[in-house]
Amino acid sequence: MSDAAAFEPRIVAFFCNWCTYTAADLTGVSRMAYEPNVRVIRVMCSGRIDPEFILAALREGADGVLIGGCHPGDCHYIEGNYKMLRRYRLLLKYLRAMGVDERRVRLEWIAASEGDKVQRVVNELTWTIRELGPLALPVMPQPEGAGASEESALAEANA
Amino acid sequence: MSNNGNGRTNGSPRIGVYICHCGINIAAKVDVERVTRFAETLPGVVVSKEYKFMCSDPGQELIQKDIREHDLNRIVVASCSPLMHEETFRKATANAGLNPFYFQMANIREHVSWVTKDKDLGTEKAKALVAGAVRRVSLHQALEKKRVDVHPDVLIVGGGIAGIHAALTIANSGRKVLLVEREPTIGGHMAMFDKTFPTLDCAACILTPKMSQVKDHPNITLWSYSEVTKVDGFAGNFTIQVTRKPRYVNEDECVGCMLCIDSCVYKQARVDDEFNQGLSKRKPIYIPFPQATPPVVVIDPETCMQLSKGKCKQLCAEACEKHAIDFNQKEEVIEVQAGAIILATGFKTFNPMRIPEYGYGRYLNVYTSLEVERLVNASGPTGGEVVLRDGSKPKSIAIIHCVGSRDHKTNKYCSRVCCMYSLKLAHLMKERSNAEVYNFYIDMRTPGKGYEEFYDKLLEEGTHFIRGRVAEVTDWALTDAEEGKMIVRVEDTLVGMPRRIPVDMVILSVGLEAQPDADDVRRLFGVSCSKQGWFTERHPKLAPVSTATDGVFLAGACQGPKDIPDTVAQAGAAAAEALAMIDKGFVELEPNTAFIDEEVCSGCKSCIPMCPYTAIKRDDEKKVAVINEALCKGCGTCVATCPSGAAQQNLFLDEQIYEEIEGVLNYV
Amino acid sequence: MSKPKAGFNWFASCGGCEEAVVDLHEAILDVVAAVDIVFWPCAMDFKKDDVRAMRDGEMDVCFINGAIRTSEEEEIAHLLRRKTKIVIAFGSCSHMGGIPGLGNLFTRDEILEHDFTQSFSVVNPEKTYPQEVTKVPEGEVELPRFLDYVRSLNQVIDVDYYLPGCPPPVALLRNAVQAVLSGELPPRGTVLAPDKALCQECPRLDSKPDDLAITEFKRPQEIIIDEEKCLLAQGLLCLGPATRSGCGAPCVNGNMPCTGCLGPTSRVKDYGLSTMTVFASLFESKDEKEIDELVDKIVDPVGSFNRYSLPSTFLHRKANV
Repeated sequence: MSDAAAFEPRIVAFFCNWCTYTAADLTGVSRMAYEPNVRVIRVMCSGRIDPEFILAALREGADGVLIGGCHPGDCHYIEGNYKMLRRYRLLLKYLRAMGVDERRVRLEWIAASEGDKVQRVVNELTWTIRELGPLALPVMPQPEGAGASEESALAEANA
Repeated sequence: MSNNGNGRTNGSPRIGVYICHCGINIAAKVDVERVTRFAETLPGVVVSKEYKFMCSDPGQELIQKDIREHDLNRIVVASCSPLMHEETFRKATANAGLNPFYFQMANIREHVSWVTKDKDLGTEKAKALVAGAVRRVSLHQALEKKRVDVHPDVLIVGGGIAGIHAALTIANSGRKVLLVEREPTIGGHMAMFDKTFPTLDCAACILTPKMSQVKDHPNITLWSYSEVTKVDGFAGNFTIQVTRKPRYVNEDECVGCMLCIDSCVYKQARVDDEFNQGLSKRKPIYIPFPQATPPVVVIDPETCMQLSKGKCKQLCAEACEKHAIDFNQKEEVIEVQAGAIILATGFKTFNPMRIPEYGYGRYLNVYTSLEVERLVNASGPTGGEVVLRDGSKPKSIAIIHCVGSRDHKTNKYCSRVCCMYSLKLAHLMKERSNAEVYNFYIDMRTPGKGYEEFYDKLLEEGTHFIRGRVAEVTDWALTDAEEGKMIVRVEDTLVGMPRRIPVDMVILSVGLEAQPDADDVRRLFGVSCSKQGWFTERHPKLAPVSTATDGVFLAGACQGPKDIPDTVAQAGAAAAEALAMIDKGFVELEPNTAFIDEEVCSGCKSCIPMCPYTAIKRDDEKKVAVINEALCKGCGTCVATCPSGAAQQNLFLDEQIYEEIEGVLNYV
Repeated sequence: MSKPKAGFNWFASCGGCEEAVVDLHEAILDVVAAVDIVFWPCAMDFKKDDVRAMRDGEMDVCFINGAIRTSEEEEIAHLLRRKTKIVIAFGSCSHMGGIPGLGNLFTRDEILEHDFTQSFSVVNPEKTYPQEVTKVPEGEVELPRFLDYVRSLNQVIDVDYYLPGCPPPVALLRNAVQAVLSGELPPRGTVLAPDKALCQECPRLDSKPDDLAITEFKRPQEIIIDEEKCLLAQGLLCLGPATRSGCGAPCVNGNMPCTGCLGPTSRVKDYGLSTMTVFASLFESKDEKEIDELVDKIVDPVGSFNRYSLPSTFLHRKANV
């Protein structure tokens, strides 16, 4: 892939409030350092995570997304995590069909006491994506600004 | 609908950003100055400031002053985790007259400075999180917390000393308590102990009066031989299902005269007595121990002739003048309400069979410490006389510390109580048997009031202390003196040589472990537990008896190994926390409930099965979904599922999350 | 006062949208009476030069159907934009990329190679491909370039309104024409259809259970479809819950599931994801293996959930396209 030394992945994480966000706090309290590439966004439950958020993050420049929820059977809201699991499994199939490496989007169940797991998972994902290189989604075409010449628009589409 | 997302946007954003140094906790790995200057450049930001401790009074006043002077309508604080101080800053925001939900926190301590080695990278990450928070807060809306009345009763699960003390504390305040205990009697482990360290006062003498008080207290309902099987609801309003196992004895009629036990068709007691750790036998109809509370007999259906074979002369029933025996008694499931719950489910002792080299289960005279508690107990199987399983009296006794504690093969943690109870047992064994007593310890841990002094006393009493982890207990004698004895092999680390100590009796000071069903229990009550199974407190320092689930509190060893004084202190604290919640009379609910925008809802019903609380119904007239705000707990699963974007969640609107995503990614 | 000037154009699409105009039946006479049709290559003989000759903004409204796949389409789109006050993306292809948008699953070379050498009706041993410039005795003849990927109209030019559907429902077209004529237009960028999903007008909604749980997926040819019962409840992948209404549910009334031609409602950013999310969330199983078995039943997730909308999704096209 591209120059691995220069490339630093950008990763957005969606963590549920009760298990994985708390676990990430514990990782901090325990001073377990991990790769600084992840940006955590807190939601109350992994069931709140809309796959649109995940793809929006990739579209906005993330090279990977991490989803963290409570272990099966442990959801603070009984079974929101199962709903996320179902979406995730279908999403992976969609990503494969669209040529996006499914290793970029990872779902992990991390309990509030598993601060070490946050460290391990974030590191693993960061290293994996470093190997995979930048996501580099195809550029989203935008309409030409007013006054742009027909010729330049054509040139762009043919580039 | 009060929180329906309309008209609460407070004009164009005028944001104040406050970056906390947290002493050097943040500042060591985040260039706070740089982040502060960066925040100034973000859209909508009017002021951006740094401060040593934002959570301190001057820090909060700084925010409030700026809100007034700069007419701020949005606040971002970048400091610790929102789980730590979100409430603090919301209150500060509200005190300056701004709706507290125009506030967002960026977690640059737990999620940045404490987990990042490189300061430049930490600074970058902090900038990203601040940018996310600023983008997000721009779309925040004013919200109101809902108040819900609190049910005034408290449920306490577990009737050991922790549950007993919490129950009495609450009952004495005038509130009603339901105490549910799984065993036929309350008392827990403490009831089994002979003496308590370091004062050597008799456990029964200080515990049984409290047990009677529980039984007699007008504000306490005691359901022993019962288990909580289902918990619904939320802080202030729990609905709890309790399953009462049949004891085949009418509790209201039984007076505890025990005539039934004497008349049982089993003339000899043949069943291992659980309370005496199997050191004695009981009958199928029995009372765990004389001061059992409630003082009611119980029939064990597995060994009772009538209940297991369906055929018996039923002499026990005949003997009961109160006609209290009822072989047809069935399990009963009862639903109760409570505003708060205290978990006091205790611990179990380590099973030393897991360390086979210590010979437990192989050598008759290897005992666990809990067995010895019964053995030396005046009301125990031998009436307090130290007689071994083979009928002999020991002349030499080894006490092996840290069995199942401080051990990478079993439990890494220190069980906290074993050093002290080992010293206590050493004292008692010496006193009762006049044997030579050897303590094998790794480190002697005696922090606590009067504890070190107790250790000193033991040193003077002539007990032997050998520092070293015991390698094995063997009966392979190498000399005549060792013949017929158990030999404790150990490296004496003070002398620096291996030693062999022949003894008649070995006591294994077993560690404390979480209850085997701790995992089921924590799921039932929605609390989390550590890998070892100890229930997790909300904050190790500042909320040691609260849990992540509002309204559920912890007392005693279910939270981690602790001795009686600490357990009682914690039980009092849990009782106080529960009372504080109940006496307030209401709880405030985080306004993160979901709502439906009727303008875009097609009534497709996709959200209805998403809700685990059946909070969503379809309004057949309007043909739209309706969310019952009182039932909604704010998970947002319906919101993510809604294919129209009609379902939204306060505090977690789609647009707010999209802004945060864009903010953390495109912050420069 | 002179009549407003209107145009219609046809880019990458099947032409069904033009049929929708004809489907106005007698009402088309009212339209013709009310406006001057100054550009409609499908029905009348207009050339590019006729448009070039117009003043900028001379056309009041232009209904443009079809996605953008060739250089010529792109050129004319820009030209029409300049000459038109109100551009209406007309039909699914123009609105979201449409069926031609599924071409974004393949590279240009893959498509050309398939269509000109591998397709079973093609015999082309010399591998002759269309050339953009061909020399003939009279000089050079040009063909438009087949671009690398498909774009919806608003990815090429600014679009004022969208009239969705494949083809756009006649009633929506009639309303749109009315709105243009009366000048009572909603904010720019609006999709000219109700902002509620199809379930609201589905005659079968009452038969949809409140506790729907998806345990299997069926394809229409595999079962005898109950004519009354909610199609989702019968295991069919009916996209009605996620798709904009306004069509009157003709597919459902014809006993076929909705395939999503009207696209999403206004708050949804990615139609396919939104659709996938609602179905996946409704799966009954909690077991990863069982979930995967169900997912496997959806042979072609892109074609199933983004049949009309691939170019307008977050990903736009397959990663290597």
